[in-house]
Amino acid sequence: MSEPQTRSRLIIDADSILKLPRHIKLKHDQGRGLYVILAPERVFEPDETSVEVLKLCDGERPVNTIAQILAEQYQAPADVILADIIDMLQELADKGVVKS
Amino acid sequence: MTDSATLPREDETSNSETCARAPVGLLAELTHRCPLQCPYCSNPVDLERANTELTTQEWQHVMRQAAELGILQIHLSGGEPTARKDLEDIVKTAAEVGLYTNLITAGVLLTKERLARLQELGLDHVQLSIQDVDAANADRIAAYKGGSDKKREVAKWVRELDMPLTINAPLHRQNIDNLPAIIDYSVEVGAGRLEVAHIQYYAWALKNRAALMPTREAFMKTVEIVNEAKERLKGILVFDFVVPDYYAKYPKPCMGGWGRGIMNVTPSGRVLPCHAAESLPGLEFENVRDRPLADIWLKGQAFEMFRGTEWMKEPCRSCSRKEIDFGGCRCQAYALTGDAANTDPACSLSPLHQDWAQVAKEESHKPSPEFVYRRMGKSGPAAGA
Repeated sequence: MSEPQTRSRLIIDADSILKLPRHIKLKHDQGRGLYVILAPERVFEPDETSVEVLKLCDGERPVNTIAQILAEQYQAPADVILADIIDMLQELADKGVVKS
Repeated sequence: MTDSATLPREDETSNSETCARAPVGLLAELTHRCPLQCPYCSNPVDLERANTELTTQEWQHVMRQAAELGILQIHLSGGEPTARKDLEDIVKTAAEVGLYTNLITAGVLLTKERLARLQELGLDHVQLSIQDVDAANADRIAAYKGGSDKKREVAKWVRELDMPLTINAPLHRQNIDNLPAIIDYSVEVGAGRLEVAHIQYYAWALKNRAALMPTREAFMKTVEIVNEAKERLKGILVFDFVVPDYYAKYPKPCMGGWGRGIMNVTPSGRVLPCHAAESLPGLEFENVRDRPLADIWLKGQAFEMFRGTEWMKEPCRSCSRKEIDFGGCRCQAYALTGDAANTDPACSLSPLHQDWAQVAKEESHKPSPEFVYRRMGKSGPAAGA
């Protein structure tokens, strides 16, 4: 095989600007009364915080700004929130749920 | 098509009580027609004929009912779903009612134009099967000349259209050594997911078990290879790895539990708790032509039969894993023990487990017999395989 490794892993930091790829669908499921993420052959059930964060991933705001918004909303320290959501978004990026 | 295309699993939805009520996914076997003849096909040995297939309107009605029932994802499968000329109409309706649409295809009948049209109509994802990366071997396994080259082209089209791609590579003794190359291939063609599913031995695969069963050593090597690649390709390729039952300690939670997360509709409209359920005696399978889908799901005799844990015998009944694996696969339990309510012999707690593991050992070490290819109305050995 010739050079199969042309793609690389997306590493999330405070400056990452993220969005959901077209084929990832975050939607509220009326019947079940919860949010679901529809992905290729997968259904994820995000927790409340993940839903908040994903809604803010609009392809314009950097992760840092998202952390500030949530810090104000929940009156929590922005640096703690930033560290938490970087971990969360890294996990989601590895599952293909967010992209840059 | 493999079991691994089903939901739910691990960290995903399924646990809440609500999901016990509504299925997450529906496997729509649009047709049993297929140009390929893979000897491990998951379709039943008695294939349904074209003239019994649901009409376009009937499938569209199934899609609408599925959405109302709370189903989230539709897996359009077969046979080969693109053999239906009205696939576009079915995809269009499914997308319109908000279902996540997944095309499970062998690819060989597709054109780029058709794929683009399906995308335009709302197709969300393509799962493309490959038989091997060695073209000659792949074409021999599928009994379809030129299939391998065509598939590579289809993978390219999917990515050119910026659609997400899963490569599905069923693994067995006749391609198992090429696993590293299969992983490279998936990265190279731009897949985001790779399903490497060891063959599950029902229907056609059970007929061909001796020709497909890898040795335990070969299987263990695949575990190492996949674990290494998972780490190396984190964020590039998501792995979905299905191990062979015969070498497992505990059984798979088949279908995520009977009548729990998935339903299957056959080409003629029969609604099944799993695609192999017709092999079980004493079950009544209802048809979407006769009864609403929700009624069949909630009250159908076949769904009620093994739903939950009440039907279980020992050792399942008192087992701490009964809500984890649901006693494994009913069809395998029946095929190998004569009683579908017995523990799946894949479980090390089954009294038959040792004998069963011995069968795998013996068959995998003998020279492989010839394939019995999947064919309509023929099940004799293939000539010149």
